Amino acid sequence: MAETLLELTDVSVSFDGFYALTDLSLKLIKGEVKSIIGPNGAGKTTFLDVITGKVRPTKGTVTYRGQSLVGMSEQKISRNGIGRKFQTPRVFDNLTVLRNLELAVSPRKNALSLMLDPLPMAAKDEVHRLMSYVGLAPFAGTQAGSLSHGQKQWLAIASLVAQAPEVLLLDEPVAGLTDEETLRTAELIKSLAGDHTVVVIEHDMEFIRDLDFDVTVLHQGQLLTEGPLDEVKKDPRVIEVYLGTTED
Amino acid sequence: MKLFKRLVPWILLAIALFVLPAILSDFRLNLFGRYFALAITALAIDLIWGYTGLLSLGQGIFFALGGYAAAMYLTLNTPSQQGGNGIPKFFENFGVSELPFFWQPFNSPFLTLACLSLIPALVAGVVGYLIFRNRIKGVYFSIITQAALMVFFHFFNGQQKLINGSNGLTTNTTELYGLLVGSSDMKLWFYRLTVLLLPVAFLICRYFTTGRFGDALIAIRDDEQRFRFAGFNPVPFKTIVFIVAGGLCGVSGALYTVQTGIVSPQFMSISFSIEMVIWVAVGGRGSLVGPIIGAVLVNYLQSLVSEALPELWLFVQGGLFIFVVVLMPDGIYGWFTGGGLRSFLASFGIAQKARTYPKIDEQIESLQEVVSTTPTDSSA
Repeated sequence: MAETLLELTDVSVSFDGFYALTDLSLKLIKGEVKSIIGPNGAGKTTFLDVITGKVRPTKGTVTYRGQSLVGMSEQKISRNGIGRKFQTPRVFDNLTVLRNLELAVSPRKNALSLMLDPLPMAAKDEVHRLMSYVGLAPFAGTQAGSLSHGQKQWLAIASLVAQAPEVLLLDEPVAGLTDEETLRTAELIKSLAGDHTVVVIEHDMEFIRDLDFDVTVLHQGQLLTEGPLDEVKKDPRVIEVYLGTTED
Repeated sequence: MKLFKRLVPWILLAIALFVLPAILSDFRLNLFGRYFALAITALAIDLIWGYTGLLSLGQGIFFALGGYAAAMYLTLNTPSQQGGNGIPKFFENFGVSELPFFWQPFNSPFLTLACLSLIPALVAGVVGYLIFRNRIKGVYFSIITQAALMVFFHFFNGQQKLINGSNGLTTNTTELYGLLVGSSDMKLWFYRLTVLLLPVAFLICRYFTTGRFGDALIAIRDDEQRFRFAGFNPVPFKTIVFIVAGGLCGVSGALYTVQTGIVSPQFMSISFSIEMVIWVAVGGRGSLVGPIIGAVLVNYLQSLVSEALPELWLFVQGGLFIFVVVLMPDGIYGWFTGGGLRSFLASFGIAQKARTYPKIDEQIESLQEVVSTTPTDSSA
């Protein structure tokens, strides 16, 4: 029996009476990769907000390794091993690529240790490994703000990996990337699977197919169905709410 | 050239210490001493605003607290200031017969030296922690700091029995080491002290803005939420820089007070705290040289304009601020390092043409040169 890492039970989120999530229950098994799809407004991003502590659920529980995450601060959740990449690539524009990654990789995240301790050698090596893996090594000294959109996506993903989280939540990791970059991202995510638990939220069907993992469909804040992509695509409800209208 | 760059700070320090006192009159030198004292405040504001993105409109609080600390010590330790019952004279006007308890530490020079930076730092720490912990950011932070400033202003302004209210404390007629604080000898010493403390403040700010801690500050300015999701709690970072800035403003206020000869609640007026921000904006935020330039330049200009055309200064200040915001968004120093005159002309449509390749038709060998020197990059 595989170990349940993250569990959402009957989670509802209401913004002034509008329900972004309604009684959503979901389990994440250690080491699994889950793709989440759904039309706009299905509650995909809110789902991540609830896990990472950005939004407090109106009702329901979120547990990570048996510990409740509700009411915990974002930084604490992050330090517990849940990392997140945002929909739009958010990097620190006025820091160089190198400094962005060095901040993310920092093993101790308090103010005093940043002031006094030098960055450990192992962490520096990790930064260089990641930089060359995502092809940003030539841009180590470039300000992140002047990178292209695709490069920012890569930097955001690399920063996330540098944090060494156990659970990676990726919100649209390939939005705005070229086909080649998309392929490489899929490769990266696959290489992380196994050691890590990954949740990918995506609109790009090709990418989901490349990943070839189980798909969860959200609709109007509820779980519609789960299963392999091909099966899910045949589900008439899914066709009705999502694929029938977006895929041509 | 590299050597020259390394020598520049020492040359400037030598000029400020030896050349300026030789060529300027006592009056002018004293004014420059005040500008350099204000430059420390500008540095502090740059630390919290330019680097960390916290636009505080209440630094006047800490500035004035430092000033009062120095003035209280001087008032207590000057025989001529004492009234009949052994406490400063002004208390008699309000029928106070006993020294208020918070004056006690200022009998001692060492406690005073500690208090003039530690009390502002402590106040900054408490105010800052409460604001940052409650995730108050951006405009709301500015409004709250301004509100805090008003609270302090009205308290100091109204408490005649405690701190001489709106009259403030005069230091010109007090004595230090047997010398009148208002005398030109003493003022020369204060000038030297200020010139030496300004680089210290600069180094303190540089310590906090470089290295990984400095990176964290910039990260907070760029995207605080993202910083949280990277596992960092921004509250201690912001509180630490706010405390450091508060302490620096306190030192600055003390140096300014002894050189102007008075501290009054006007140090906590809203307009003065906004002026401090203008110095930094004009000089160039996000660099440590900019605020010093801004503070000295704007205040020097203020003196010159006020002497010639007293009514005009506020217009000039407003115009200067608009000019800088529109044409030099990075301030004077940022403008200078980022292209200077060229970018200035470009904003009027006179842009310099970019350099192109050499005339390939005429000099075919130059093309071959380019081809042979271009590294063959296989990783691209």
